[in-house]
Amino acid sequence: MNAPLPMFVAIPLVAAFVLPVLKGGLKPVATLLANLVTLTLLALAVMSVGKTGTYAMGNWTIPLGINLVLDGLSSLLLLAIGVISAAAMLFSVRYMEQYTAKPKYFSLFLLMVAGMNGVVLSGDIFNLYVFLEIASIASYALVGFGGEHEELEASFKYMVLGSVASALVLFGVALVYANTGSLNMAQISATIRQIGMNIGLAFALSLFVAGFGLKAALVPFHAWLPDAHPSAPAPISAMLSGVLIKALGVYVLARLIFTVFGVSVPVAWVLIALGVSSMVIGVFLAVGQWDFKRLLAYHSISQMGYVVLGVGLGALILAREGDPLWASLAILGGLFHLLNHAVFKSLLFLASGSVEMATGTRQLKKMGGLVERMPYTRATCAIASASIAGVPPFNGFWSKLILVLAAVQAGFYLLAAVTVIVSLVTLLSFLKVQRYVFLGQLPEDLERTQENGGFMLGAMAFLAVLCLAMSLLVLLPGLRETVLQPAVDVLVQAGTAPAAVVAH
Amino acid sequence: MAYALCFLLFMIGLYCAVVKKNMVKIVLGIVIMEYAVNLFLIMLGYVKGGVAPIIERSQYDGATKAIASEFLNASVDPLPQALVLTSIVISLGSLALMISICIRTYAKYGTFDITEIRRLRG
Repeated sequence: MNAPLPMFVAIPLVAAFVLPVLKGGLKPVATLLANLVTLTLLALAVMSVGKTGTYAMGNWTIPLGINLVLDGLSSLLLLAIGVISAAAMLFSVRYMEQYTAKPKYFSLFLLMVAGMNGVVLSGDIFNLYVFLEIASIASYALVGFGGEHEELEASFKYMVLGSVASALVLFGVALVYANTGSLNMAQISATIRQIGMNIGLAFALSLFVAGFGLKAALVPFHAWLPDAHPSAPAPISAMLSGVLIKALGVYVLARLIFTVFGVSVPVAWVLIALGVSSMVIGVFLAVGQWDFKRLLAYHSISQMGYVVLGVGLGALILAREGDPLWASLAILGGLFHLLNHAVFKSLLFLASGSVEMATGTRQLKKMGGLVERMPYTRATCAIASASIAGVPPFNGFWSKLILVLAAVQAGFYLLAAVTVIVSLVTLLSFLKVQRYVFLGQLPEDLERTQENGGFMLGAMAFLAVLCLAMSLLVLLPGLRETVLQPAVDVLVQAGTAPAAVVAH
Repeated sequence: MAYALCFLLFMIGLYCAVVKKNMVKIVLGIVIMEYAVNLFLIMLGYVKGGVAPIIERSQYDGATKAIASEFLNASVDPLPQALVLTSIVISLGSLALMISICIRTYAKYGTFDITEIRRLRG
């Protein structure tokens, strides 16, 4: 037993069904337990870095049973989920006092974590669909958790589009089973490499791109995200924007395209087109927003575009049999940006939650001058803004730099230029946030605003420190080779060596 | 032919989910989509004149470990049936949540018409 793989799903799943029992005076116990669970998961994720392993559920052998697989890419995602869920849970301790039914909230939160951990570990496409639905259904309920007009409307919109996406994915799974006779990812990929792509498989792949594109909110499929993410409670916005769209959308797309179906030039161009349109359209929609959380949500679309662009660029170079070094650089940039975005966007959402809790509004025009009243929230928010805009020496700068370098080396000068321009527009829009929220004149009705200390500040400070420290992940070769490089290698090897049987 | 009808059912569900203005009808459209996929899965494992995929003692030769050919040729594929069971349970869960959100929304807005439920925009 090299890594405790079932524990990643079992611990949050069991806790999710125990916590709602702890009502009334036992609420502090529920809070403590929920935080212990997320901290345990974070510790397990840190321990699993650099390891690989498989686990056959119920000891059934692979063609009949279901397996969980840990490799470099999965452990990177597990790490992101662990960090963000620990921080968001810590933040919830005080933030969720505004709502009733806190134990139910913890229960849904942990169900969502269990689903996401399951998705990134699953080595079987139907099992992946099941975990996808666990995480999605929990997130639909969490978006509508407030139960007010806007929340219910956003939840319904999200649920309709999410269910359509799930139906598309299930249809794709059925088509893959019809054409390959297997549900195990390694076996499907071996079969596809023997028989090649046929019409049924190509249709399945396009269903997967549409389904997971909807879950990842890439641009033609993004309509639900700007409504759903701001309507959720702030820690849930942080989870949704920080890890859910990555674990359920981009990760699965990368996994299916690289290791199951194999990279090809048209698919790589589709990824690049999705990435570039998300980057450009997302950022221009974001600039005009006056609702703090809605602005952040549009930036999530834009930043996910960077991740998909990096992965797509890598796929294109591999499919054209170019230099694998530049392909791995592009994928490194994409995956590092995925990790960075998880940290800084969660921090921004937590900061917006802190501001909203203190002032009671999300409208930028109604705020101002909060730097005097909330200096610590302001400091963390400024760090995250600098990070997302790509200001050195914060983590966002390094991942964007790697992406630009990879694009230039591969000869895509236009893409490199677009990346830089989008980054500048992002900077502009976060200068606006700083200007309207924290600087300027303090309105009279906000003069008695109080800084949120304690757990909320602790969670924000943790993520703010990570924003700086994560630069080391790419600057120190030792750390890079244990955390990021294995994840890149999983995708590059799957793309370059079609004959080899992939471990997944 | 049967597969084409199944795909048609899927597209009817998608059309209903995208075009209809009533929340309950949208939910019904999604349910139709899910049922079309379930039907497709069941058809994958279907064998004409098939038997249940359980081996009887008389069809199995313990000495040579051979399975009678009438069983191998006629047994249906059990895996899609297991998948359909799982997917029915999942769609039941999401249906329950969708309907309860519809009820709560009706209590707040007093209508099921999504063109009148528009507080979020931009």
